[in-house]
Amino acid sequence: MDLVKFVEEQAVAKNEVPAFKAGDTVSVHYKIREGNKERIQVYKGVVIQRNGAGSSETFTVRKMSNGIGVERIFPVNSPNIDKIVVDTYGKVRRAKLFYLRSLTGKAARIKSKRV
Amino acid sequence: MTSIYDAEGRNIPCTVIEAGPCVVTQIRTEENDGYAAIQLAFDEKKEKNTTASLKGHFAKAQTTPKRKLVEFEVFPEEKNLGDVVTVDIFAEGDYIDVVGTSKGKGFQGVVKRHGFAGVGGQTHGQHNRMRAPGSLGASSWPSRVFKGMRMAGRTGGDRVKVQNLQVLKVYPEQNLLVVSGSVPGAKGSYVIVDK
Repeated sequence: MDLVKFVEEQAVAKNEVPAFKAGDTVSVHYKIREGNKERIQVYKGVVIQRNGAGSSETFTVRKMSNGIGVERIFPVNSPNIDKIVVDTYGKVRRAKLFYLRSLTGKAARIKSKRV
Repeated sequence: MTSIYDAEGRNIPCTVIEAGPCVVTQIRTEENDGYAAIQLAFDEKKEKNTTASLKGHFAKAQTTPKRKLVEFEVFPEEKNLGDVVTVDIFAEGDYIDVVGTSKGKGFQGVVKRHGFAGVGGQTHGQHNRMRAPGSLGASSWPSRVFKGMRMAGRTGGDRVKVQNLQVLKVYPEQNLLVVSGSVPGAKGSYVIVDK
């Protein structure tokens, strides 16, 4: 048996996340600890990729913050993720949307899919 | 290697080590051998691939042939011939040292092998010596290159010890140790875990 897989299954608790993929707009509710207090910060943006598989899978969310592009990588199974909400499903033709980095404004829009 | 999350939600890189069960195959004593140590054997091997002398050695400890034999001079507890040492001697939070053989890297230059800085830039007359070692020494005195001068050559495949790795998890049923950080050697290679 694959021992590394065994440890990943035992030691990493899987998060319940909705199905989403590149192109979707998601809000990630992320727990932030300040001293003893814990609060939740919402990070909303477009998923530009999902990377890896199993317990170490990550996804990258890109958003424009005050005119500056910001990308944040979240592990799917991070215990700091409170929940992930899919706001819109995007209509895209590829799994990695790195081309969005060179686009701004109207050109960087993604058509949304009706579900 | 993989990674797990700690209590604070941090993602910690870790290595999974299958540690044991090991059988005590010999006890070295001051009177017989001039030093005290115990010899542990690990990993099954086929009887037909075992030399007759080793077969006898394992028969003394009443065990099956094993692949690896390692002596430990300082061992926390008294052991008898044929005793089994398992992963139970480690607990979560312990700090351990891991010894292994580093991955072979073949014939490498001085930049990779000894951490030389190489030549600073690509311009100012550099033609093809971006990663060259530079001077090997002075001229008419000593008229030779000193012994031990660091040069290019076979790299890796050395015995490497990594100290103070924390034990993150212990799985006694599977004989598994999960250790923070990386460990020398390729996947599936043998390492010595020292408390």
